[in-house]
Amino acid sequence: MTENILEVRGLTKHFMLDNDLVSRMAGKSRTLKAVDGIDFFIKRGETLGLVGESGCGKSTTARLITRLVEPSNGEVFLKGENLLNFNRAQMQDVRKTVQLVFQDPYSSLNPRKTIMQILSRPLEVHNLAKTWPEKRRRVLELLGLVGLGEEHADRYPHEFSGGQRQRIAIARALAVSPELIIGDEPVSALDVSIQAQILNLFRDLQEQFSLTYLFIAHDLSVIRHISDRVAVMYVGKIVEAGDVADIFERPKHPYTKALLEAVPEADPDKPPPHLVLKGEVATPIDPPPGCRLCARCPLADDYCAEVMPDLVENGDGHYVACHKV
Amino acid sequence: MSDTVLELDDLTIRFQLKRGDLTAVNGVSFKVKRGETFGLVGESGSGKTVTARSIMRLVPMPPGEIVKGKVLFEGESVYDKSDSEMRDMRGKKVAMVFQEPMSALNPVFTVGDQIGDALRSNLGMSKQESEERVIELLQLVGIPSPGSRLDSYVHEFSGGMRQRVMLAMALSCDPTFLIADEPTTALDVTIQATILELIESMIDRFGMSLIFITHNLGVVAHACDTIGVMYASHVVELASTKEIFKNPQHPYTVGLLNSIPRLDQQSKYLTPIKGLVCNMMNPPTGCKFHPRCDHAMDICRQEIPQMKELAPGHFAACHLHN
Repeated sequence: MTENILEVRGLTKHFMLDNDLVSRMAGKSRTLKAVDGIDFFIKRGETLGLVGESGCGKSTTARLITRLVEPSNGEVFLKGENLLNFNRAQMQDVRKTVQLVFQDPYSSLNPRKTIMQILSRPLEVHNLAKTWPEKRRRVLELLGLVGLGEEHADRYPHEFSGGQRQRIAIARALAVSPELIIGDEPVSALDVSIQAQILNLFRDLQEQFSLTYLFIAHDLSVIRHISDRVAVMYVGKIVEAGDVADIFERPKHPYTKALLEAVPEADPDKPPPHLVLKGEVATPIDPPPGCRLCARCPLADDYCAEVMPDLVENGDGHYVACHKV
Repeated sequence: MSDTVLELDDLTIRFQLKRGDLTAVNGVSFKVKRGETFGLVGESGSGKTVTARSIMRLVPMPPGEIVKGKVLFEGESVYDKSDSEMRDMRGKKVAMVFQEPMSALNPVFTVGDQIGDALRSNLGMSKQESEERVIELLQLVGIPSPGSRLDSYVHEFSGGMRQRVMLAMALSCDPTFLIADEPTTALDVTIQATILELIESMIDRFGMSLIFITHNLGVVAHACDTIGVMYASHVVELASTKEIFKNPQHPYTVGLLNSIPRLDQQSKYLTPIKGLVCNMMNPPTGCKFHPRCDHAMDICRQEIPQMKELAPGHFAACHLHN
C-alpha cells in the first residue's frame, strides 16, 4: 500500500477581527474562518488538486501546512509525524522535504540577486553544497532541469519573461531535492501557450524525481489536467474530494456541479457557461452554523441551514459533504 | 445600406518610447456588423487592448502615433472628428467596459453620482431624472435593491457587483456599440458565468454590436460570432467562431487551441507552442510567429504574410496557404 506522505486532520485557521480590548468588551469581535476544519491526505507520488474560488482558503491551507501561518487547530502529519509539534530546527529540516512554488514569479524572486545567487541560497541554508564549484555545478544542473541554460545563471529576474521566472522558481524549489512540492496557483499568471509548457515541466519533474504535488488552482481545466485526485473547497471547507474522474464526470456536491457548469469550454458545440447558484459567495466572517452553501443551493432545506454536513466517504474514495447526497 | 458599423482598415499604431519604437498594432483590418459580437483573442502584449482603445481614441498620442490606416465608425473616420464630435460618440454611441472595475470606477464618488454624471452631461437630464434612470439601470444589470445602493461607494461592492456597476454605466446613454476589454478576467468562474449571461442578454435586448477582448478561448467560444486572433501586433486569423475552433488555419491558432487543458478528458502532456513570445522592441523579420512555428520556411523569415481569404469569410495570414 502506498503511504500517505501528508495527512491533514481538522486543520483550522481562524483570524480574529476587531480583536482589541474595547471591541472584545463590547462583544464586537468577529472571527474570519479562513480554513475551518479540513481533512485530506496525499499519497506518495500522486498529485492532489485543490480547487476553489478566491477567498475559499486554498492559499491559507498551503501556508498552514508549511507553517508560514500558524494553524489555530488541527494536525498536519508529514510522513507520519505531526509538524505542529516541531520546533524551529525540526521545521528547518521539514523545508528540505516540502517546498513551495508561488503564483507570482515577479514578487517571489528577489530582484537584486542573480539567478545564480537565488538558486544557490537554498544550498547554503541547508548545507547541501560546501565548495563554490560544487554549488555552481548544482545550480547549472537545476537550470538544465527546468529548461534554462548556463547563459541564464548570471542574469537578474527582470531579464526573464513570466514563464521563465516560474521555471526559476521551480528550480529553486528543486534545489533541496524535496519530496512534496506545493504549487500555489503556479500557472495562473501565465499565458496559455506558456502555461502548457510549465504544466508539462511539472509532469516531467514528477516522473523524474517521483515527486508528490499539492497543486492549488482556481482553473478547473488545469486541475483536471494535472491531478490524480481533487479536493473542492468552498468558504473554508472541503465540500467534495475524490479521484479526478469522479469529481469531473460524476460530481455529487451541488457546488462542484455548479462550478463545472460555469466553466466556458473552448468548444462552441459545448453548452454555454451557466450558473445555477443564487446570489453571491458566502462570507467566512462569523458564518451561520449550517452548510456554507445553503443560502445559494437549489436543494437546501431548513436542516441544511442548521447542521454542518460532514465530509463522508461512500466506500469508493469519493468524499462528499452534503445532506442531500 | 451597409450594415458594417465599425471598420478598421490597415490600422498601424506605433509608440515612440525612450528605448526605441514599438509597433503595437500592425496592419490590423476587420469589420464589425450591426448586432454582431466580435471577439479579439490573443495573449498578453499582442495588441488587443491598444486596438480596442484606438477605436475610442483613447491611445495617448504622443507617445502613440497612427502610422497608417483608419478607423471608420458608421462610415466616418474617427480620427478626423473634432473633440466635441468625439465626446458625442463616446458614451452615447460607443461605450467601454474595462477589466479592472476597481481602477476604472472612481473611489471617491458614490455609484449613483458616477453613473448619473454621464446622463446629466451627455443627455442633459436633471438630478431627479438621472437618479431615476440610474435606479432603472442598476436594476437592469441585476443589482439587488438598487434604490438603496445609490449612495454606496465602489469599495462597498464585490468584484462581480462592481463589474455590473460598470456595465450599467456603459449602458447608461443607450450606446449602439460596446467594447468590453477583458470584462470577466478578474472574476471567479461562477461570477464570470453570470456576467457573460448578463452581457448576452443586454446585447439581445438592445441590438448592440460588441467587441469582446479576452485571452480566454473558452469565453469567446460561447460569447462571439466572429473571432480575430492576434499575435505580436498582427491579426493572424479571422473567421466565424465555428471555423476558428473546428478548422483553424494559422499555426498560431492551432497551437493556442492545443495548449488549453481540456475539461472533458485528461491527457498526460499538453502540446504547447515552443519558445517565447517575441520581443516587441526588436521583433523578428518576416512572420513574427516563425521562430515558434513548426512549419517555418525560408519565405517566413523574409516576408510578412498578408491576410488571404481561404474560404468565404475565413482569412489567415500565413505563407503555408500561398
